[in-house]
Amino acid sequence: MDKNDGDHLRFHRRELLIGAAYLTLGLSKAHATIIVDHLPWTPSAGNPPLAALPGPWMFFTGDEGRTIEALADCIIPADPQTPGGKDSGSAIFIDRQLAGSYGRQDGLYVRPPFMKGTRSQGHQSEKGPAQEYREGLAALDRTCKAKFGGKAFADLSDPDKDAVLKGLESGELALDETDGKAFFAMVVKDVQMGFFADPIYGGNRDMVAWKMIGYPGSRYNYLDWVNRHNERFPLPPVSMTGRAEWTPQTR
Amino acid sequence: MFSDSRSIFAGAGIALFVATSATAGDSDPQEFTQIERGRYLAVLSDCASCHTVAGSNQPFAGGRAIETPFGNIVAPNITPDIETGIGSWSDDAFDAAIRKGQRRNGSRLYPAMPYTAYTKMSRDDVLAIRAYLNTVTPVHNDVVANTLPFPFNIRASMRVWNALYFNQGDYKPAPQKSAEWNRGAFLVDGPGHCGACHTPKTFLGGDRTDQYLRGGFLQGWSVPDITGDARVGVGAWSAEDLVAYLKSGHNRVSAATGPMAEVVSLSTEQTTDPDLKAIATYLKSLPGKQDHPQTLPKEDPAMVAGTAVYRDQCSSCHGIDGKGVAKLFPSIADSPMVKSDDPTTSIRIVLRGARSVGTKAEPTAAGMPSYGRQLNDAQVAAVLTYMRNNWGDAAAPVEAADVARVRSDTALRPD
Amino acid sequence: MAKTLPKKDVVIIGLGWTGSIMANELTDEGLEVMAIERGPWRDAPTDFPPSYMQDEFRYRVRHELFLRPDQLTFSFRNKIDQAALPIRSWGAFMPPNGVGGGGVHWNAEMWRFLPSDFVLKTHLTERYGASFLPEDMTIQDWGITYDELEPFYDRFEYLCGTSGTAGNLRGQIMEGGNPFEGPRSRPYPTSAQAQPFSHTLFGKAARDLGYKPFPQPSGNLSQAYTNPLGLQMGPCTYCGFCEWFGCSNYSKASPQTTILPYLVRKPNFSARDHSEVTKINVDKSGTRATGVTFIDSSGVEWEQPADLVILSAFSVFNVQLLLHSKIGKPYDPIANAGVVGRNYTHQTVSTVNGFFDNKKYNFNPFIGSGAIGMCIDEFNGDNFDHGPHGFVGGAYMGQVQTGARPIESTLVPPGTPKWGAAWKTAVKENYLSTVKPGAGVHGSFYAYRDIYLDLDPTYSDRFGRPLMRITMDLKENEIKQNKFLTDKFAEIIKAMGADKLAVQYRTPPYDISTYQTTHLNGGAVMGADPTTSVLNRYLQSWDVSNLFVLGASAFPQNPGYNPTLTVGALAYWAAAAIRDKYLKKPGRLVDV
Repeated sequence: MDKNDGDHLRFHRRELLIGAAYLTLGLSKAHATIIVDHLPWTPSAGNPPLAALPGPWMFFTGDEGRTIEALADCIIPADPQTPGGKDSGSAIFIDRQLAGSYGRQDGLYVRPPFMKGTRSQGHQSEKGPAQEYREGLAALDRTCKAKFGGKAFADLSDPDKDAVLKGLESGELALDETDGKAFFAMVVKDVQMGFFADPIYGGNRDMVAWKMIGYPGSRYNYLDWVNRHNERFPLPPVSMTGRAEWTPQTR
Repeated sequence: MFSDSRSIFAGAGIALFVATSATAGDSDPQEFTQIERGRYLAVLSDCASCHTVAGSNQPFAGGRAIETPFGNIVAPNITPDIETGIGSWSDDAFDAAIRKGQRRNGSRLYPAMPYTAYTKMSRDDVLAIRAYLNTVTPVHNDVVANTLPFPFNIRASMRVWNALYFNQGDYKPAPQKSAEWNRGAFLVDGPGHCGACHTPKTFLGGDRTDQYLRGGFLQGWSVPDITGDARVGVGAWSAEDLVAYLKSGHNRVSAATGPMAEVVSLSTEQTTDPDLKAIATYLKSLPGKQDHPQTLPKEDPAMVAGTAVYRDQCSSCHGIDGKGVAKLFPSIADSPMVKSDDPTTSIRIVLRGARSVGTKAEPTAAGMPSYGRQLNDAQVAAVLTYMRNNWGDAAAPVEAADVARVRSDTALRPD
Repeated sequence: MAKTLPKKDVVIIGLGWTGSIMANELTDEGLEVMAIERGPWRDAPTDFPPSYMQDEFRYRVRHELFLRPDQLTFSFRNKIDQAALPIRSWGAFMPPNGVGGGGVHWNAEMWRFLPSDFVLKTHLTERYGASFLPEDMTIQDWGITYDELEPFYDRFEYLCGTSGTAGNLRGQIMEGGNPFEGPRSRPYPTSAQAQPFSHTLFGKAARDLGYKPFPQPSGNLSQAYTNPLGLQMGPCTYCGFCEWFGCSNYSKASPQTTILPYLVRKPNFSARDHSEVTKINVDKSGTRATGVTFIDSSGVEWEQPADLVILSAFSVFNVQLLLHSKIGKPYDPIANAGVVGRNYTHQTVSTVNGFFDNKKYNFNPFIGSGAIGMCIDEFNGDNFDHGPHGFVGGAYMGQVQTGARPIESTLVPPGTPKWGAAWKTAVKENYLSTVKPGAGVHGSFYAYRDIYLDLDPTYSDRFGRPLMRITMDLKENEIKQNKFLTDKFAEIIKAMGADKLAVQYRTPPYDISTYQTTHLNGGAVMGADPTTSVLNRYLQSWDVSNLFVLGASAFPQNPGYNPTLTVGALAYWAAAAIRDKYLKKPGRLVDV
């Protein structure tokens, strides 16, 4: 090993910025990166999240989309100050998620055998969220049509919708072939998640949820506020894609 | 390896006289001293940054493409290899190349080889470098000396260029200045060849001497002013600040990145403290252009937008007060580079991110993230305009069109 | 057939905290060190910049920085007589992956263990008698004392620039610090972090109740700091995105901020990422390791020979690799024999949420750091008389709320509907005035005969190797302990001025789907007796003398504190043993 402590001219190991950021092993066909001598670097590096773009449903059918929007508006009703689950985009959020890696269960351990376990052993179903939504929404509509003279969930009156959902929540109203209680809990979780997540994911449009609660968003530096106790934080929320004030307002 | 060949001479204890070298004034005939002097001069001259391929194990073996405004020039092999290096060159030929820009066949070198600066070195200096290069491991690497595209492929045209821009001759000390100042001037104008980047060029690629060391543009980067100007140069830096920057790549205000990172790690990090102090003394003595652009009012739309972007993003590292964290995050408020007339480097850093240099004294090598995806051209322009106008002396606003230009210019760059 | 690479002096499995510490120490000895990391290289400006790092959904809900169960997971059951099923998606803990390991996304809570923790069996037996302890409790002494480890605690604290207030300075109890802590030789390198409103209020309430609150020791720094390696760190800016997130501005102690930039510059160090070690190879005698086998991201198998093997892959992966490599006798709980997999523990945590009047209280709860908080230690370890209570162990407790990211922090008081207009109104009215400590009660989890690790008979990973099986449940001792402590904690939250409380005890059964910290310990414990430990007191394998196993896998049981400071201190302790003793005379450092 070369132990020339006094040798400063280690240019055989120096990174010179024009050129490769780090070595890949020359011999044979190694397929890992070797980090040696300096911290790796490439310009414009980074992996920001994929934005959920507006547009037609990517996962839901038209009917499913209608049902999800109705569910979203029950779970988060609109009020004069803040839009509801539908207008704020929770249904879009769920749609894009189900069309993507979440819906496909990417990254999870999905090897068989699938056995029913105890509650403390967690989720053991072969079905991923995509399948569970598809089945759950269909079962919901079947049950509603049977109970309400052919009307799908989205066509019910608001009080009837709430009654159905309360029934699912308590377990009194069962869905066929589907655990209605678990299905509804999942929908509540996902609708509310879309409501509070960054708008880039499709929900919380214009940061309406964050404005409602007084959450300042993806800010990073509160050093000038740590010691200001019991005062209202005055700055508006900002998301990962910024806020309106970032763009110069030219007349 | 370097150390192995060197030990042949030092360890053997034999004093060799190199026939063609005139060692006038050097009372120590032992070659060790000359070689060590040459090694240090090669560090000062930063030969490695052009003549060694990035990341290679073969110092001075050439083959690295040097980007110039006129095209790429490939640097030759200057190891002592007989066939493909300079092993068979006479000392006179070597000296003519370094200090006169002449190749062995009589044709001229392009000034990408900064002979226009190296001319300031003495023949003794150059022969010392030669003695050192003779000890480097010979590498067989046949670098084909390329030519630039027409009309620059006509090397004879260099004769005209030299007539315009080449002032041949050693450094002449200014008698009324201190020894330290003169040493600094020699280092800056001679082996350091700082003006090669920091002095703007005419369209023919010669120095605009009326703008000496007031910044330039090279390889897609804007190069800062390094005169004593308080606003855009090093005038507000103490000598200690400047020495720290050159020695470690970092000081309380700024950090070296881009092509300067390489200058630090290959050259100034290994320069002695007295020499760095001399460079600081010299640079700070140079009068700045002392422009005082008007500060943009806070209500200007760009300032309002920039305030928001800065507070929401940049303040996470650079602080709510713009002062950063010494030796870690540059002080935007105090940075002369931020106020440069040409904002290209600032724009680049915001769009593409940057890695600051890691040195022995300052190994952290903090990185600036890339904002090119999150911020559009108008937003980048606004936040830079804010940074240039919110603290201390002002600088002209940055326009969205500037950002768009840099975005497209740098899109395909690897650095 | 694996291809063989040139030999190195040292191969390090996993480049997290302990791997980085050991690599830095051993390269200083001039050894050629190669670190092999299963996951990716990670660095703040490229992997967690402030332009998109503050993404609760991506990092807290979708767990993006963590290992994918698809790449490696475990199976789980509560009891020996049950069939274990795979952990298909993470819940109870979040295994790390990538350079920096858990050190990238931890909260940087930096606690020393108590002196009595290291001699727990002896101490509790002396004070309460052997019959006070449950029959199936298998706690042990560590084989090392607090006093021996103290200089290494100090070393790791100074490496990280830890922000805190000393409580016991060389035997003198100091105002404002933890009066129960073991003596420290010098003050913290930086002063404690400033506490936001609700944390300050908790401190006041605790003081009024007669406790001695102190600021939690934090690896999120209160000021800019230059560490002993010359690396610069910045001050924490209270962004509120600490646990499960990387730090964007170099203010959280991690291998990236405190070691790696310095280490990577050394010519005798190199690292490979995206390379998973699948086996530690030993020679025919079974007493000497010859190196490791790893698989790169293309599935190509390589062999890295080395003279010294450091296993630093995170506690549970350490145990798994020992089992797969057949090093050490696997533990059998029925026969009560064997050691690898024995004394596996987690952490017993619970909390109390407080709902305050929003006309009187605005906590700005989104302002926080990972290790913020005012805490009390009166009820930890053996700091109080357990005689009347019928359990052993304890916890620190505090308002240690790290932020208020909205998906998880839009709580509503008990009895509020979980959806609909009433829910929406309650969320709006309570967000800014809710105290949500997180792991407000952070309690010990002692070791038991039938809580252990072994290999699963049914499920396997992508390489066809059996998954490691976790058998774990919550025992009566921890249930009692937690009830007692949580009730004490509730008193303080109430005293702060809360109108309503939501008390959440830790209740059985141990649930693999509910997060309970990633403080997984044991399975390859250190000790003085090779029949009950895998490692000697220097973390050297009793069986293979050129193998050292670093990490919380060495803990014989888990005290009521976060593990990382002790994990790092033990790594320095082991490194010192290697440098001062082992390298001079390779072989067993402790006679059997």
